[in-house]
Amino acid sequence: MKITMAHGSGGQETAALIEQVFASRFQNPVLAKMEDAAVVPGAHRLALTTDSFVVTPLFFPGGDIGRLSVCGTVNDLLMSGATPKYLTCGFILEEGAELSELERIAASMADTAREAGVSVVAGDTKVVEGKGGVYINTAGVGFLPADRELGADHCREGDVLLLSGTLGDHHAAILSARMGIENEIRSDCAPLCEGVAALFEAGVQVKAMRDVTRGGLATVLNEWAQQSGHGIRLEEEAVPVSKEVEAFCGILGLDPLTMGNEGKFVVAVAKQDEDRALAALKAARYCAHASVIGRVEGPGEAGVWMNTRLGGTRRVPALYGEGLPRIC
Amino acid sequence: MTDLITAIRRYDGPPVQFMEVCGTHTAAIAKNGIRSLLPETIRLVSGPGCPVCVTVTAYLDRLIALSKEPDTVVVSFGDLLRVPGSKGSLSDGKAEGGRVQMVYSPMEVLELARKNPDQTFVFAAVGFETTAPVYALLLKRAKEQGIENIRLLTSLKTMPPAIDWVCRQGQVDGFLAPGHVSVVTGSRLFEPLAERYRLPFAVAGFSGESILAALYGLTKSTGKGTVLNLYPSVVTRDGNRQAWEAVKECFVPCDAAWRGIGIIKDSGLKLKAEYERFDAGSGGLMEDREANQACRCAQVLVGRLEPAGCPLFGKACTPTTPQGACMVSTEGSCYHAFLSAEGGISR
Repeated sequence: MKITMAHGSGGQETAALIEQVFASRFQNPVLAKMEDAAVVPGAHRLALTTDSFVVTPLFFPGGDIGRLSVCGTVNDLLMSGATPKYLTCGFILEEGAELSELERIAASMADTAREAGVSVVAGDTKVVEGKGGVYINTAGVGFLPADRELGADHCREGDVLLLSGTLGDHHAAILSARMGIENEIRSDCAPLCEGVAALFEAGVQVKAMRDVTRGGLATVLNEWAQQSGHGIRLEEEAVPVSKEVEAFCGILGLDPLTMGNEGKFVVAVAKQDEDRALAALKAARYCAHASVIGRVEGPGEAGVWMNTRLGGTRRVPALYGEGLPRIC
Repeated sequence: MTDLITAIRRYDGPPVQFMEVCGTHTAAIAKNGIRSLLPETIRLVSGPGCPVCVTVTAYLDRLIALSKEPDTVVVSFGDLLRVPGSKGSLSDGKAEGGRVQMVYSPMEVLELARKNPDQTFVFAAVGFETTAPVYALLLKRAKEQGIENIRLLTSLKTMPPAIDWVCRQGQVDGFLAPGHVSVVTGSRLFEPLAERYRLPFAVAGFSGESILAALYGLTKSTGKGTVLNLYPSVVTRDGNRQAWEAVKECFVPCDAAWRGIGIIKDSGLKLKAEYERFDAGSGGLMEDREANQACRCAQVLVGRLEPAGCPLFGKACTPTTPQGACMVSTEGSCYHAFLSAEGGISR
């Protein structure tokens, strides 16, 4: 069955769609009330965020738009130091979307929400004319302990940077799927709850965290350098990239440092916590390939530099433009 | 590896200027931080081997015009989208309603054309010896499969005449020869040039090690007309004859205009008469007029001027606001110079 304009009318078909596809999968006491707004217990300090998801294809090796829409928002909350609690989701469906695909997407969202320990407590559906596309917006709320303050401006000379795993997997998986290339690359799309919790449980003094999404590590670190007013130095050899992704990038002229990920984060910790942080990450789900990739240098020239494998030095620029593949 | 770096740092000859011709080498040199490993007496300059950097404005203007014609879609590699023509880029044209589709392989056009028989798909066929065989294959497939709604707007170029032109300017003491081109043409391609100008050519792969080895080889061969092949696992003396035969089946040499250089005799490829029906009007696109008159891409491309010597560099012209082609492509020399100059390469 396909989605029609009637599914977005606000009438019987809409109610049936919501019940059949969403409510049955996201079920929880708050959502079950089906009121105009969800009413939930709160906390003294809240983290709030929102993100929209427009990926094609809707299903790709390692994930789908549903999983992505939960991970994206959950991970953004986590990076502020918050524990993600509630999500809302808004669906914009194009006429002609397959109902069975929508059900798969909703099921994937429900599974991922369960894994991340969040409840989907409110939602909305609209249908527009189009070619069967599906777009999702999620917003999230997380609870933040009273004494937790993270941010790039907390970075100081000597702080150590850790990356939770290999770069470029999501970007390469999506491109491969779009280009019809068969390979072993899978999206890394995952909620990072365990890795983040492991750091705090180990008593690591976390200065700043960012999930490494669009724009890639290079862009995140350049922003950190600007915000903190410090230089950042990376060791090329320490930055993990899988063999498959490296080969893929070699062919298309892409740089893993500017490619997007959906299940990786970079964290700055105090020097004395380096070993503890690395051990905690490595033991956590989705962080087995965690690595110490560099350090924060003295204040002054804010920028990112890399010691190359050959022993040379180069500047690591933020992503400019669209990260276009080269042509020869 | 350390030995090689030590040896190259020990170079005590006169100051030399080597040119990397291939844009992929330009990118690899930046990525590996090669310049930070060289003594001051060895200078690297980027040559005219980045395909989008040498595409003239008349070609881009024509592409933009085609994208606005009814039932026409321009299909292009990503690099070309932001290169400024005389009045804006293909990307600007798209924002104004032009139909432009980005692909990663020319072969994707076959599928597009089959699925949309009412539209004509014009592929922006830029490139060198490396890419030409793919266009030849595309045309052969289109012919075999009876797909008639594909056109090429060609701006294909061949390397030797351009290198010959650079040699005549007398600014360069040796060449890091284009590795990808050599795979197709063979290292033999450079022998006549090496002999004529008594200049060394080193064919290298794209790893940092391979590039360093080639540069070291060049320092040992200055003044000699030799061709060194440091990429023997992939490049042979004769190249890939089959690929080149395919090119000769579809294309014949023609004069071509190079951005910043001008027209070089027999340095281009155009469709043969039997394939002319696939041509989207590629003839006569020779005019090259920079939108910004102060742009010095022309001199930068041939090693006469450092990117920083251009009055626009880093001011009006940055990767987000490129005024000339060298600032657009990730293979462009200004692009790399801008990114490293921002913070100094050897900090």
